[in-house]
Amino acid sequence: MSIVIAYSPDIYGRAALDHGVAEALLRETRLVVVNATRGDSLVDSHYAHEDEIQQVLNRLEAEGVDAKVRRDVVPDIADAVLTVAEEEGATLVVVGIRHRTPVGKMLLGSVAQRVILDADCPVLAVKPTKR
Amino acid sequence: MDLLLEGFSTALTPTNLLFAVLGVLLGTAVGVLPGIGPAMTVALLLPVTYSVPADSALIMFAGIYYGGMYGGSTTSILLNTPGESSSVITALEGNKMAKTGRAAQALATAAIGSFVAGTIGTVLLILLAPKVGPLVVQLGAPSYFAIMLVALVSVTVVLGSSKLRGFIALFLGLALGLVGMTSGQPRMTFGFAELSDGIEIVVVAVAIFALGEALWVAAHLRHKPLEVIPVGQPWMSRSDWSRSWKPWLRGTALGFPFGALPAGGAEVPTFLSYVTERRLSKHPEEFGKGAIEGVAGPEAANNASAAGTLLPMLALGLPTTATAAVILVAFESYGLQPGPQFMSQNEDLVWALLASLFVANTLLLVLNLPLAPVWAKLLRIPRPYLYAGILFFATLGAYSASTSPFDLGLLLVLGVLGFAMRRFGIPVLPLIIGVILGPRLEEQLSEALQISRGDYSTLWGEPVAIICYLLMGLLVASLVVARLRSPRPTTPTSVTEKDEVNT
Repeated sequence: MSIVIAYSPDIYGRAALDHGVAEALLRETRLVVVNATRGDSLVDSHYAHEDEIQQVLNRLEAEGVDAKVRRDVVPDIADAVLTVAEEEGATLVVVGIRHRTPVGKMLLGSVAQRVILDADCPVLAVKPTKR
Repeated sequence: MDLLLEGFSTALTPTNLLFAVLGVLLGTAVGVLPGIGPAMTVALLLPVTYSVPADSALIMFAGIYYGGMYGGSTTSILLNTPGESSSVITALEGNKMAKTGRAAQALATAAIGSFVAGTIGTVLLILLAPKVGPLVVQLGAPSYFAIMLVALVSVTVVLGSSKLRGFIALFLGLALGLVGMTSGQPRMTFGFAELSDGIEIVVVAVAIFALGEALWVAAHLRHKPLEVIPVGQPWMSRSDWSRSWKPWLRGTALGFPFGALPAGGAEVPTFLSYVTERRLSKHPEEFGKGAIEGVAGPEAANNASAAGTLLPMLALGLPTTATAAVILVAFESYGLQPGPQFMSQNEDLVWALLASLFVANTLLLVLNLPLAPVWAKLLRIPRPYLYAGILFFATLGAYSASTSPFDLGLLLVLGVLGFAMRRFGIPVLPLIIGVILGPRLEEQLSEALQISRGDYSTLWGEPVAIICYLLMGLLVASLVVARLRSPRPTTPTSVTEKDEVNT
């Protein structure tokens, strides 16, 4: 029993984190934050810095959620999220979603889409709050 | 002076200016990316020598060489991973500065220091090159033989921590250079008719630098990403300037002569510059925590050494760094043989090249100072895309050298050799210099012996040759003494060694 959050250090990842925490408090379950990287470039802006992960952990502790962070180097991010969801017996996966341009859709795959379509459990797709 | 102005008029034509811009852009890019260096880039671009005029191609290559020296510092400072072997030392203080929020100043002092050193180095080069030219013409075959021997031995012995590995690389290179026809007899061709013309150096260079590196990266594809330190516009305060200008000048003074020496390269002078700055600094307590002097000095030294390297290359045809070695291959593919007569016979070309160094240096300052954060973005390119492109150009380059499928097989074999060398920590530089100098060494030796009718004493019959052998003896003796004094070297298998492999 746990909630898995696909996290990246940007507004989408933070939106997923916010909603995931709220959901975990509501359901009183454990929280698993997944921040994976393909590790095939020298710098990956979707891979959080150590101190940022520490901030996330501190925040989760402050909110009183039983949480852990998984930071893996994997061939495929979506697969990594799905694997963790399976291993942890997830009851919910939370992903942040974003608008994509037609060209972007043609060129790039979508981690969120793969997770939504392939996960065995319900998936909560969230957006960053508009201001 | 007229010659220089004429050189500028060649270097500043729109076409050549475009090639210079292309060169510095490429050079900076490969300098920023660890594992890909100017040597590999020039090797991959060697096929352009078939269709581009000599002056344009050489101007571009010079831009790449200088650019690589600039780019390396960016990665050193922001990532703590040197982009280039010449920037290993920069990472010591540069990354500490970046971590304490002074990345902008570190980048600025590196770029401006590089510019200052590059300019002074080029001026020295212009002053010295015409002087050295007439001196070298007087050298006979025995002296020439001795000088090349010194270059081979010192490159092998001075760099890297293991002499054994250095010599393994050297002899591999010399062996590759032996392949081909000699006095009408096939030698080491193993029955392959395709080998009777010798192995194309282009194929060797591309295989060792590009293919070997690509295989090596493929074998270690997934790494935890490094943390890049975000940075804004590089700038320096008044106190940064006053703390930087002396290290720049001292770095230049160390870098240029070491670049010009046969065993030069940029590793030794950058290290010496760092040590000097640490000793002379008014803020010794800051060293190890991000002292700006520790960035300014070594960065100036590596650019000055790049200028210094060109001196023996143009005057003697002696390459002392991997990049210079590959640029030499480019000269040869134009049928130009750098060496004693080169300077006087190709005045236009040499001066255009020298003038283009000023152009490249200025372009680099203009491009690098405002664009450093943009260059750092290059680090986000996924390696598979990058190396797929490199492999494509490597194959194209090797095939176009003589449009023979046999060369592709050779490329693969030598590429595996390049991979194995990286795997076992064998430096690449002695091999590539061995391949290039080996045949010429043999040529000078047989010429000397022909003149003397087989009397070996001719080899030490010239004063320059004697001096060279003495130097070599001293070098070896000092190594033996150093080994006897400290049987266990205190320096562990150092960073330098790993990075030498990466050049």
